[in-house]
Amino acid sequence: MKKQTIQITVNGEKHELDVELNALLINVLREELSLTGAKYACGNGQCGACTVLIDGESVLSCLTLAVAADGAEIVTIEGLAKPDGTLEPVQEAFLDNAAIQCGFCTPGMVIMGKELLDKNPLPTESEIREHIKGNLCRCTGYHSIVRAIKSCIK
Amino acid sequence: MMIETEYLAPRNIDQLFEGIRGRIGQVKFMAGCTNVLPSLRARAISPGLLVDLTGLEEMAHIRKVNRVISVGALTTMTALVSSEIIQKESPILASAARQLGNPLTRNRATIGGNLADASPAADMAPPLLALEATIHTAGPEGKGREIPLDRFFLGPNKTVLGEDEIITRITIPKPEDPWKGSHIKFGLRNAMAISVASVALMLEMKENVCRKARVALGSLSPTPIRAYLVEKELEDREITDEVLERCTVAVNQEISPISDIRGSADYRRQVAAVLLKRAIRQAHMGRK
Repeated sequence: MKKQTIQITVNGEKHELDVELNALLINVLREELSLTGAKYACGNGQCGACTVLIDGESVLSCLTLAVAADGAEIVTIEGLAKPDGTLEPVQEAFLDNAAIQCGFCTPGMVIMGKELLDKNPLPTESEIREHIKGNLCRCTGYHSIVRAIKSCIK
Repeated sequence: MMIETEYLAPRNIDQLFEGIRGRIGQVKFMAGCTNVLPSLRARAISPGLLVDLTGLEEMAHIRKVNRVISVGALTTMTALVSSEIIQKESPILASAARQLGNPLTRNRATIGGNLADASPAADMAPPLLALEATIHTAGPEGKGREIPLDRFFLGPNKTVLGEDEIITRITIPKPEDPWKGSHIKFGLRNAMAISVASVALMLEMKENVCRKARVALGSLSPTPIRAYLVEKELEDREITDEVLERCTVAVNQEISPISDIRGSADYRRQVAAVLLKRAIRQAHMGRK
């Protein structure tokens, strides 16, 4: 399988990587960069566990070829907290609201929660539920997740 | 594991056709990848060469020039939903874009991809049919053509596009004022739903009388279709219960639904009638 060199910035750090042409971004992040926050779950874009931000926009990394992300700025869940470890308000909210059970959906949910609040600081419950429609959770029943995101509204 | 393939990311149209020369039949065009990648991974397709169209930046635009709205083939669902032009001039298009997939797939799924994939359930097709859209294409050696959307689909996942032809943009005539539209997507859940049936229509209303109608249906036939018999029932008629009943008879003469995991043909026939009446009433009540 042919390879191509790509340049991606991940959580503020520049990387130059040799990837196979058919490599998926989710696998490159997890296996080449050891960023295992984004999860490989359904593998066909239906569950949202692989959610990352590419150039500021939430994207399914299991449906993104690594070569197609050449030149992009990627933020994974590991890149949300500040360098000194201070958590984002939405991350604190998930902790405070028992919105994490097994944790598998959590990176995707947190990224979507942050993205929504950045765009719309006063979302209605309906808007919150709408925004996480691409992220499945098998544990919480979504209630605590919605509550956590809602609690970030000032 | 995914199949082996080559990858090309042209920066412009010339590079694109240069790159695929001699490779016709092996090429799969990709943009948002929300359908292409799942197909590749399921090994439903095995192209030798993936051509990434996302570098053709000209093809991501939403413009209104005089009375024509032009939407580039690479325009994503998210861009359509948040576009002031689309919200104002063709809200039924925004409605369909808003209901495709989920927020994540909408950030990547493109209008050109949805049409080129040509599922009988293609979300964007019914509103575009009701808006009388035209597909603009590009081929090698500067060739390109304009195809009215109602002549674009040939069958499930089959269009008139040649293997070395891409959609560059879609144009719709700007709907003018007495025209009112509505769109209903009916699926088995609130997101990530392949529609069981969908209706999009535009009515030219003069007070209570419908002068002209354009009715489009999705998931009810091998391709998305215009329901010309229904349109005739509405032409120059007041929207009464009797007219609506005649429309439901007409619609069942036009559609040829199948039974599949999402519903039986019988169920689809019943739903089509209900949605059609609902959509006509909605448009009549004045939402554009």
